[in-house]
Amino acid sequence: MMNNENRTISVLVDNEPGVLSRVTGLFSGRGFNIESLSVGETLDPTISRITLVTSGSPLIVEQIIKQLRKLINVIKVVDLTNTEFVEREMLLIKVRAEAASRAEVLRIVDIFRCKVVDASPHFYTVEVTGSESKIKAVLDLLAPLGIEEIVKTGKIAIARSRK
Amino acid sequence: MELSGAEILLECLNREGVEVIFGYPGGVITDIYDHLPKTKIRHVLVRHEQAAVHAADSYARASGKVGVVLVTSGPGATNTVTGIASAFMDSVPLVVITGQVPTGVIGNDAFQEVDIVGITRSCTKHNYLVKEISSLAKTVKEAFHLASTGRPGPILVDLPKDVISGKTEFKYPRKVIMRSYKPTYEAHPKQIRKAFDLMAKSKKPVIYAGGGVISSGAHRELTALAELMQIPVTTTLMGLGGFPGVHELWLGMLGMHGTYQANMAVAACDLLIAVGARFDDRVTGKLDEFCPDAKMIHIDIDPTSIKKNVDIHVPIVGDCRNALSKALNLAKEEFKDREMDGGGAGDRQSWLKQIQTWRETYSLEYEQTDDGPIKPQYVVEEIYRLTKGKAIITTEVGQNQMWAAQYYNFTKPRTFITSGGLGCMGFGLPAALGAQIAHPKKLVIDIAGDGSIQMNIQELATAVENKLPVKVAILNNQYLGMVRQFQEIFYDKRYVATSLASAPDFVKLSEAYGAVGLRAEKPGEVTLVLEEAFNIKRPVVMDFRVAREECVYPMVPAGAAMTNMLLA
Ligand SMILES: Cc1ncc(C[n+]2csc(CCOP(=O)(O)OP(=O)(O)O)c2C)c(N)n1
Ligand SMILES: [Mg+2]
Repeated sequence: MMNNENRTISVLVDNEPGVLSRVTGLFSGRGFNIESLSVGETLDPTISRITLVTSGSPLIVEQIIKQLRKLINVIKVVDLTNTEFVEREMLLIKVRAEAASRAEVLRIVDIFRCKVVDASPHFYTVEVTGSESKIKAVLDLLAPLGIEEIVKTGKIAIARSRK
Repeated sequence: MELSGAEILLECLNREGVEVIFGYPGGVITDIYDHLPKTKIRHVLVRHEQAAVHAADSYARASGKVGVVLVTSGPGATNTVTGIASAFMDSVPLVVITGQVPTGVIGNDAFQEVDIVGITRSCTKHNYLVKEISSLAKTVKEAFHLASTGRPGPILVDLPKDVISGKTEFKYPRKVIMRSYKPTYEAHPKQIRKAFDLMAKSKKPVIYAGGGVISSGAHRELTALAELMQIPVTTTLMGLGGFPGVHELWLGMLGMHGTYQANMAVAACDLLIAVGARFDDRVTGKLDEFCPDAKMIHIDIDPTSIKKNVDIHVPIVGDCRNALSKALNLAKEEFKDREMDGGGAGDRQSWLKQIQTWRETYSLEYEQTDDGPIKPQYVVEEIYRLTKGKAIITTEVGQNQMWAAQYYNFTKPRTFITSGGLGCMGFGLPAALGAQIAHPKKLVIDIAGDGSIQMNIQELATAVENKLPVKVAILNNQYLGMVRQFQEIFYDKRYVATSLASAPDFVKLSEAYGAVGLRAEKPGEVTLVLEEAFNIKRPVVMDFRVAREECVYPMVPAGAAMTNMLLA
């Protein structure tokens, strides 16, 4: 196994105040990394799902998962990394769009099936949804045109259902 | 019938079988105090909230029950934090009840408001802010359940004023239902089989036992297994008393101030059997050089303890007693046959002989002359001799703690009570009170340092008021001795901020509190002072003026390999 690869971990927790800070406090207190984190209610309103991306050696990742399970409000922890799963992340990109470069921005938007969600005389705001690699590709292409600001959601992920 | 929050709380404590609360009153919890005299629960008024937690901690450890603390909001709550952190590190079951400002003003920086749930999140097993009186009884029930099951630990329950004074129908839940909490007690038979096979095959095994042996009550199984399979045993500081300290298989404590034979045996073993211990850095030293050639078995109820610091060949998640008794059953059935095959205990002879040669280093030797200063080790040995090992010993932190661990041969579980993981000065005196309340007839002795004792000396008042005849033996070296020792060895004797030459007269101070004060200045007075103290049915403080610059040996410098012992 490669050292320090990114791991996508899905954590089901009691939907109660303070639970998120127990989870993030665990990471900061023990010096574990959080690359990204997103939270939302599940179909059962008493349960929330936290999807987090972390990294570390196999022993550290094992420790992270065990420590998460030890939290009293944590119901279930699944490491999705070695399973079949679908992941998505959304990005809003404010990119410079002057007369000369507007067409180029639109072309890129088109190729990657992104959307322009806001426009002003000098900027377009582009919405991208997809996997990490797609998002990176869009960013690489838009960067030379002048990216002003980006906002990223954390990654969300769901296991594929069996065929 | 409707009850108030205060009444509900007390009724819950009553149903949990609580006999004693260690506490300190204040504004928001006055309702609870108002109802307290109507219950059968004893309340011990400490003189500082930190001491309430240490006392409850020690009560829990001495008795095997859950310790209970009650304090007010704000400063009352923050004063408990050190005690809670110590209990957390040592896995002690506590329920700490704190008052809180009314729910309506939480977050408004109200008078005596602190976010104690936020503050203690990382040093409790779990904690609760009770926002509605309807969930009070259920929360208290869960708190006791969580504190005392799985890996035990402190639980904090924060009670806002309006929850305490509100009213509702009282229903105590019969069962705890928590979808997310299911500790594993049953050790997996397959893993036990693997472990047993390794143990039977090993030529140079060592058992390394920790506090888990004591909290799970596994000492008998441990001793029986070690005897049957002829495996030498060492314990951590927290494990002292989990194996008889006078047994021929006993190696002494391991680690930074462990015995020569314990550290050498662990370094040379081919199989390390860790039971209810957590591979703390004070035990392993430099990790790369810890047990380089050994296979490792690790039994622990907490999965996070396993493979946290070292890789393990046979992990066993479960209750130590459960796991050891399963291994013992296998040993009873199979081990004798193996012996006949030429395997098993017969093959251990050369290992046990090797250990014998290490023992002959006598790493705990010291010299007490008749006319020289009193050696602190001698005081501890005399305490052991006079009490025949039957006292409950609590300690402060520093050299006094290590000498107590090294020179008192603990033979029974729950007789050595110390702040192990946190190493918190000021623990010993309140701990002595807690242990004395758990065992009113036993002799309870705090082996103290002159520095540490001053961190909670006010508890002499609690001892006197509650007629708790605890004995405090101050090994008075007029130094923060353990730090001075570091300065002597690693800082070229630059003694900065470690002299305590300016100190109170401990004899007079004890008398001022209404306790008895005694002093020994010469070796010949040690036994007399101890005998006199043990015959007095009141709290006694003994001021032993000991050799000022005595060091604790053996000693392994922090971060070095454990075979790197300074012997004197
Ligand atoms: C609350 C707290 N503060 C500081 C320390 C650091 N410390 C560890 S041992 C020690 C010296 C203790 O002195 P004393 O109680 O006289 O014991 P001695 O080592 O002299 O036996 C100190 C300051 C600590 N363990 N706990
Ligand atoms: Mg001292």
